[in-house]
Amino acid sequence: MTFSFSRAPLLVCLGALLILAAATSLLVGSAPIAAGRLIAALAGHGDRIAGAILFDLRLPRTLLGLMVGAMLGLSGAALQGYLRNPLAEPAVLGVSNTAALGAVAALYFGLADLHPAVLPLMAILAAVAALGALQLLAGRSESPLTLILAGIAIATLAGAAISLALNLSPNPFAAMEIMTWLLGSLDNRSFHHVWIALPCVVVGCALLLADRRALDALTLGEDGARALGIDLRRTRIRLLLGVAIGVGGAVAVTGSIGFVGLIVPHLVRPLTDRSPSAILLPSALAGAALMLLSDIGVRLIPTSSELKLGVLTAFLGVPVFLIHLMRERRLW
Amino acid sequence: MVTIRLDALGVSLGRRAVLDHVDARFGPGALVGVIGPNGAGKSTLARAMLALVPPAAGRVLVDGEEAHGMDRAALARRIAYLPQGQSLHWPLTVERLVGLGRLPHLGPLSRLAPADAKAVERAMARADVAHLRSRIATELSGGERARVLLARALAVEAPALIADEPLASLDPGHQIEVMELLATEARAGALVVVILHDLTMAARHCDRLLLLDRGRIVADGPPRTVLDADRLASVYGIRAAIDLSGPRPLVVPLSRTC
Repeated sequence: MTFSFSRAPLLVCLGALLILAAATSLLVGSAPIAAGRLIAALAGHGDRIAGAILFDLRLPRTLLGLMVGAMLGLSGAALQGYLRNPLAEPAVLGVSNTAALGAVAALYFGLADLHPAVLPLMAILAAVAALGALQLLAGRSESPLTLILAGIAIATLAGAAISLALNLSPNPFAAMEIMTWLLGSLDNRSFHHVWIALPCVVVGCALLLADRRALDALTLGEDGARALGIDLRRTRIRLLLGVAIGVGGAVAVTGSIGFVGLIVPHLVRPLTDRSPSAILLPSALAGAALMLLSDIGVRLIPTSSELKLGVLTAFLGVPVFLIHLMRERRLW
Repeated sequence: MVTIRLDALGVSLGRRAVLDHVDARFGPGALVGVIGPNGAGKSTLARAMLALVPPAAGRVLVDGEEAHGMDRAALARRIAYLPQGQSLHWPLTVERLVGLGRLPHLGPLSRLAPADAKAVERAMARADVAHLRSRIATELSGGERARVLLARALAVEAPALIADEPLASLDPGHQIEVMELLATEARAGALVVVILHDLTMAARHCDRLLLLDRGRIVADGPPRTVLDADRLASVYGIRAAIDLSGPRPLVVPLSRTC
């Protein structure tokens, strides 16, 4: 609903950046293969090794980065709008932690070895269970603070349970397996993972994009929004379901990758009219691009043991907090 | 044209009864002021009329239909609401903010149509904020922001308007301007209810006053009869100079009685 501020140029720029990042992600990797060979493989008449690397390794990795980044960016933007809090992200509602807990439980009890789908499914189920607990704890209150407090309680509980699993793990290898998963990565993912994440991300994004107007109306507070015809209870259910399913599905296949949902809305907000609805789609595009670029960085930065994606994004989160702080103190 | 009827309305917030057995009828064409001391239940009355709080007893009827349980968007198109306070959560431009008033009129996927843009223009012109259109609303002065929020409520172009303390943080010139604007809306056939603290403004501009005290209606009628010295003493605990010689009463609070 714009009549004085056009969104098209921003979306085109972000789209271009995303395509560039995706192409780079397909062309760059630990195995140095000439771009020509990969492009030939893409066209369908390349050699078998290039084809295998492209279709079995790099394409699923790129697609996952794209989906997970978009989901995290979008849910961060939607939650910041809904909670009217610039520091909100999926982790604030405990969704990331509980999804991780579901996955850790699968690893801890050895269920993950039964079938490759067990771990992601347990992560998604745990995220949806967290949503139920959140609804129950927050009750009929529509204040964002209640929801944040309930979310932090759930996140803390899930975090404690993860620590417990690490604490009680029978041998260092089991603990190492859990730790490695928790750090978050796109490495060694296959189309199998893509098919698990895709429906979750599609449903999650659809639910989050459905409430653009409610988010704008909440600029005027709860009463103001309801007096504009917004049914806040339905908005909350759609939004929480979207975050739980979408982020649950994302965390399920990549492990916890923090801070993308927090940073991205801040990066795109100054480029829009700053209304909550205007940052949703740009945040999804920018989140996907940021995720792909970080993943390319992980592949290119030379480290003795492999650098995990979640570690890199955590480092990226710091400057955003500092910039926010400096703006608050009017140092910049 | 809208009529709102409160039928033995009682409202509780938590365990406290805030409104108790309130009967009133609001129709088009009159500027109705709701006055009363702090905590009398004025804002709760406004919120109950918009079905923002559920009735604990009695009913709120909008055009004969029970407001609680009515479709929110349909109610939003009939009654515009200017909430108390002026907290804004995002730094939107004035034009964008006033445009939020068009939300109840939009279809599920449609954007603001030229007709909506015209309604936004009219609202900005009426609240005298058209010159602020590209300013950031959160960076305006308190008075400017109050007028922008009033424009947002006017942009709904609903047949009824409920304004909760629209005069807070306005200078005397703009206070009179806002009261005249609300009176013009009412004379043009709108139902306008305004919650006020300023008895002088209430007496001079409202056609009818509703005096609330501790959740009950103490008086309901023209300012001349409602603002009587004994009643001001018992409800507000104040002594006031009351001059009924002009066409509209002049009421100036002077001191506390005790």
